[in-house]
Amino acid sequence: MSLFNVFDIASSAMSAQSQRLNVVASNLSNADSVTSSTGEPYRGRQVVFSTLQAAANGASGVKVAGVVHDPSPMRQVFEPKHPFADKNGYVTMPNVNVVDEMVNMMSASRSYQNSVDMMNTTKSLLQKTLSIGQ
Amino acid sequence: MINKLDKELNFHHQALSLRAARQELLSSNVANADTPNFKAKDIDFASVLSEKLSPTTRPNTVNLNTTSPSHINSATQGAFGDSVLYRVPLQPSADGNTVDMDAERTRFADNAIKYDASITFITNEFRNLTLAMQER
Repeated sequence: MSLFNVFDIASSAMSAQSQRLNVVASNLSNADSVTSSTGEPYRGRQVVFSTLQAAANGASGVKVAGVVHDPSPMRQVFEPKHPFADKNGYVTMPNVNVVDEMVNMMSASRSYQNSVDMMNTTKSLLQKTLSIGQ
Repeated sequence: MINKLDKELNFHHQALSLRAARQELLSSNVANADTPNFKAKDIDFASVLSEKLSPTTRPNTVNLNTTSPSHINSATQGAFGDSVLYRVPLQPSADGNTVDMDAERTRFADNAIKYDASITFITNEFRNLTLAMQER
């Protein structure tokens, strides 16, 4: 019954988008974390989506293939009084762009809503299917 | 009489199962809207339905021996056979994804309404039949 597969596909998208939202939350809350347990400043993280193995008819869900560290250069802030400032007075700050992350968050939440909507539509279709012949 | 019943319902049965399978395909497009290099897929509903209703036999259906479910088999091709098509994107995107969310959502809603319509047709078919069978 292929309509039930829509639930699988939508839920795979929902869990992938919620993981993306998690990463965005981590990036935003650590946007000013100058140090960490390793002593290094926080590096931005991004999720990588990939297609789940396609079913017989070509429909496929989505999964998070991995979380990668943002390779862009760290932000240098001139703050000579900061305890982590180097000899030139610069502090190495995380390479998180707050605007980028906010946009990322909105995109994730819209995609999540789309999946929820898909599930609701499918649910009502299945309920109507059950009422055939009544 | 019974085979007439079957003939009447066969069209709606085929249409409904095809609608359900297409719904799945469209949901996969929406789910992969953020996946890099994903190509949106769809079917030409009318041609697939007419193929289902009067199947033309393909001369060269040779079975492949497969050892994994991810192997592509030549004979069992799922609900659509080999008629799954890639959508032509209206606007190119930087990550190679061809899902146009507006178009996909429109088609998803459209397909859902037509699925609904098929169910209504079937229900009416049954209602007519019971009406004809009633003794007055």
